[in-house]
Amino acid sequence: MTVWNWLAVGGAAVLALVAVAEIRRRAGTGTSARRFFRHPTAAPALFVLAFFVTVALAAPLVTPYRPYVQIDIARLANHAPSAQFPLGTDPFGRDVWSRLVYGARISLGIGALAMLVAVTTGVVVGGVAGYFRRWVDATLMRLVDVGLAMPRVFMLLMVVALWEHVPLTVLVLLIGLTGWFGTSRLVRAEVLSVREREFVAAARALGAEPARVIFRHVLPNAAAPIIVSAALGIGNVMLLEAGLSFLGLGVPSPAPSWGNMIADGWPKMAVAWWASTFPGLAISLVVMALNAVGDALRDALDPRKETA
Amino acid sequence: MAAWLVRRLAASIAIVWAVVTLTFVVVHIAHGSPCGQSDGRPVAPETCAALIRRFGLDRPIGIQYVKYLGALLHGDLGESLALHRPVADALAEALPNTLTLALTALILDFALGLALGVYQAARERRFGDIALGNAALFVNSMPTFWLGLVLLLLLAQWLRLFPVGGLRDLVLCPRLDSLPCLADFAWHLTLPALTLGLVGAAGTARYQRAALLEVVRQDFVRTARAKGLPERRVLLVHALRNALLPLITLFGLTFPFLLTGAVLVETVFAWPGMGRLAVTAILQRDYPVVTAAALIASVMVVLGNLLADALYGVADPRIRVRAT
Amino acid sequence: MTEPLLRVRDLKTYFVTEHGSGTARAVDGVSFDLYPGETLGLVGESGCGKTVTSLSVLRLIPEPPGHIRPGSFIEFAGRNLLTLAPRELRAIRGNQIAMIFQEPMTSLNPVFTVGDQIAEAAIVHQRLSRRAARARAIEMLKLVGIPDPAQRVDHYPHQMSGGMRQRVMIAMALVCHPKVLIADEPTTALDVTIQAQILELLERLQAELGMAVMLITHDLGVVAGSADRVVVMYAGQVVEQAPTPELFARPLHPYTEGLLASVPRLDAPPARARARLHGIPGQVPASSDWPGGCRFHPRCPYAWDRCREEEPPLLDASSGEPGSHTVRCWLLTEPQRRTTRPGP
Repeated sequence: MTVWNWLAVGGAAVLALVAVAEIRRRAGTGTSARRFFRHPTAAPALFVLAFFVTVALAAPLVTPYRPYVQIDIARLANHAPSAQFPLGTDPFGRDVWSRLVYGARISLGIGALAMLVAVTTGVVVGGVAGYFRRWVDATLMRLVDVGLAMPRVFMLLMVVALWEHVPLTVLVLLIGLTGWFGTSRLVRAEVLSVREREFVAAARALGAEPARVIFRHVLPNAAAPIIVSAALGIGNVMLLEAGLSFLGLGVPSPAPSWGNMIADGWPKMAVAWWASTFPGLAISLVVMALNAVGDALRDALDPRKETA
Repeated sequence: MAAWLVRRLAASIAIVWAVVTLTFVVVHIAHGSPCGQSDGRPVAPETCAALIRRFGLDRPIGIQYVKYLGALLHGDLGESLALHRPVADALAEALPNTLTLALTALILDFALGLALGVYQAARERRFGDIALGNAALFVNSMPTFWLGLVLLLLLAQWLRLFPVGGLRDLVLCPRLDSLPCLADFAWHLTLPALTLGLVGAAGTARYQRAALLEVVRQDFVRTARAKGLPERRVLLVHALRNALLPLITLFGLTFPFLLTGAVLVETVFAWPGMGRLAVTAILQRDYPVVTAAALIASVMVVLGNLLADALYGVADPRIRVRAT
Repeated sequence: MTEPLLRVRDLKTYFVTEHGSGTARAVDGVSFDLYPGETLGLVGESGCGKTVTSLSVLRLIPEPPGHIRPGSFIEFAGRNLLTLAPRELRAIRGNQIAMIFQEPMTSLNPVFTVGDQIAEAAIVHQRLSRRAARARAIEMLKLVGIPDPAQRVDHYPHQMSGGMRQRVMIAMALVCHPKVLIADEPTTALDVTIQAQILELLERLQAELGMAVMLITHDLGVVAGSADRVVVMYAGQVVEQAPTPELFARPLHPYTEGLLASVPRLDAPPARARARLHGIPGQVPASSDWPGGCRFHPRCPYAWDRCREEEPPLLDASSGEPGSHTVRCWLLTEPQRRTTRPGP
C-alpha cells in the first residue's frame, strides 16, 4: 500500500460521508425522510454502501496491485496483514485488499443487476397477470407457486453445474430469473385492487383504454413495497452469489468475488485466517447495510408496518 | 376441513410434479453428458457410449420423461452414474443426516429467536433491545457458510472444543449404539446446527419482535391490563399467543432456508447429508442424483408449507371454524 | 352527603407528540368525584380528553409517549392510585375498578374463548379454581343476558355479534363485582337498538350490584337517560358539572348549551327543531395547541375580550347545595352578556 493508496481510501471515505450528507439534505425534512433517518442505523448503513461503491469505482486508485497478480508466490503467500498488505495475502500470494476492492465490483454488480432483472420481470409478470386476469393470471400465478416452492439454491446449483462454464451475464440472468416470484405477487395484487377503483371505471366509461390508467396508478402505489423488497433482495442475491462462488459454481476464479475469495482462503484458514475472514466481513457488512436501509425504507414509505 | 385438505394436497402434488418436470427439462437442455470429468479424470469414449446406452440417454426425450415419471411413481429414482448404486439408497442414507441437522437447527432457531424477540419487545427501544437488534441484524446478514468457517476456526481449530467436521468418530463409533457414541454424535452435530440455528434465530428474533410489538398496541392487550393481570401474563399469554400466528408462516419460510443453508454448511463441516451429496454429484455431473436431490428438497419445502398451513388451522380459532 | 368513592384532583395527562418536540396536554387539570352507587356521565366531543381521563384512573396510559404529571391525584378508598406500587395497582384493576371499552370488536382477545377471558380475572383476583371460575363465567354470561350461556362460554369472540361481545365485555368487567365500573363509550360502536339494550343492561346491573358507574359518552341523549350527575369536558378541562336534571334545565356554559342544542328533540315543534339542530361551529382544537384565555372562546358566540385574555376558574353556580353546579365561564360574573344567540 502506498501513501497515495491510503490517501485515496481516505478520500473515498470523505466522499461517502459527503454523499450521505447530501442525500440527507436533498431528502429534506418531510415525514418520510424523518422516519427514514429516525433509524439510528440508517445513516451509517448509507455510508457503508456509499463507501464500498466509491472504492469499487475507484479500484485502481485505492489498490496497490491488480487483483490477479501473484506478487511473489514463494515468499509472499499467506502473508499476515501489514503496512504493505493491510489485509494480508491469500494462499496464492495475492493481495487480499486489492482483491476485495475489485471483488466489490463483481459482487455488488451482480447483486444490483440480478435484482434489476428480478424486479423488472416481477413487475411485468405481475402486471400482465393482474391486467388480463382469467387464464393468463391463473397460469402465471401457478407458475409463481411452483417458483416459490422450488428450493432456489438446489435449482441454481443444478443449472450452473450442468452448463460447462457459466459466463457472468448468464449467472446474473439465472439469479435474477429465479428471484422475481414475490415481486410479481405484490404487483399483481396492486393491479387487481387498482382495477376496482372508480377512476378506472370512469376512464372505461369515457372510452379510454384502461391499461394506461391502471399502470399510471399501479406503479406509484406498488413502488414502496417494491423498493423495500429490492433493497432486501440485493443482499439476498449477494449471499446467494457468495454461496455459489464458494462452491466453485459461481464466479470462476481467478476473477475475484467475495464468495470465491472465501473459498480460496478456506483451505489455509487455520494458518491464514485473514484471507477468508475479510471478504466474509465485507459481505456481512454490506448485506447488513442493505437490510438496515430496507428496514428504514419500509418505515419511511409504509408507516403501518412498524419495525425498528 | 377434509375438502380443504384434499385441495391443498392436490395443489402440493401439482407443484411437485411441475418441479420434477422442470428439473428434467433443465437437465436435458444442458446436454449434461456423463462423460465429463469424474474426479478430474476424463472418461474413455467407449465407456461413455456404454453408459449412454445403459441409461437410455439415446432415446427420445419424451420417452425418457415418461419412463422417468413412471419410475418415480414406483419410488425408483434411477441409478447414480458416479456412485454405481441406486440414487434412492444414497439419498435414504443422506436424508436422515440432513433432517437431523435441519431439525436441531430449527429448534435452536425458534427457541432462541422467540426468547430474544420477546425480550427485545419487552424492553422496546431500551439499551438491551437496540444492542440485540443490531447484533441480530448483523448475524442475519452473514453468509451462513462463512459463519460456519469462523466458528470452525475459533471453536474447533483454535480452542479445540469441537471436532472439525464429520458425522461421528468412525473409529470409536462405527454405529450409534451406545450412550458415549450418541454423545459423540451430538458433539459433532453442535457446530453445524449452531451455525444454521444462529443465522435463523437472528431472523426469527427480528420477526418475532415486530409481531409482538404490533400485537401489544392492540385493544385487547389493554383489556388484559385493565383486568389487573400481571405484565408477564399480559405479554406471555395474551400478546404472545397472537404474535405466534405469524411465526407459523415464518416456519413455512424457514424450512427452505434451512435446507439451502444445509447445502453449504454440510460442505463446510463435511456433514454427509443431502446437500453435500448434491454438491458432489453436481461436480461429477451425476445428474440422476442432482435431479432426485432437487426433487426431495422441493417435496420438503412443499411439506413444510403444508404443515405450516395445518398448524395455522389448529392455532387460529378463526380459521379453525371456517374450515370445518 | 356520603364520602366519594373516587376522588380525582387536578389530573394532568400529557403526551409527547410524534415530532418529539411538543407536548399534547390531553387532560389538563381535571377534578371530579364519584359517589358510591351513582352514575356519573362524562360528556364532550371526541378530542376533549374523556377517554384519556378514564384510562388515567387505572393508569392504562401507554408510557411513553404519555405520562401523568406529578401533582395529579386520584384517590380510591383512601389511597392515591397514582403512587401505588404496580402490584397493589393490579389488585385494584379489574377487581375493585373495572373498565369496558368502546370497541367490542377489538377489545376481546381473538384466540381465547369468551369463557376463559371472563374467568381469568376471577382466577387472578379471587383465586378461584378453573372449574369454579368457569361456573362463574357461565353465571356472568347469564347475568348479562346471553342465551345458552353453557354453550356460549366455549365460543370465540369472532363467533359473536358486536352487541353480544359488548355483553361479554361487561360480564368480564363485572366478574369480581367491582365497586366502580368505567364504561368508555360502551355503545358508540353498536346499532341503535342494541345501544338501548346495553344501556338498559348496565342500569339493571348497577341496581343489582350496587356499583358506581362512570359513563363516558359524547351523546347527551345517553346521559339524559342514565346518569345522575354530569361532568362536561372541553379541551382537557371540566367546563361544567351538575346533577343531570339541573344541567338539562339550566345549562350555563355555552359549550353545554351548544351540546344540548345539537341533540334532536321530539318535544320541540318541527320548525324550531330544525333551527336548534345547528350544534357548535368549528372543531375541538389540537391538544398540543389549546387557545389562550378561555379555551372555548374561538367557538363561543358570547366571547368578549376577557375570555380571550384570562382563563376562567370553575365558579360555583349552585342553586341548591354549594358545589353541586359549577361552571368554567366568565358569563357567570357578567350574566347580562348572555344575549340571544346569533342565529346560524
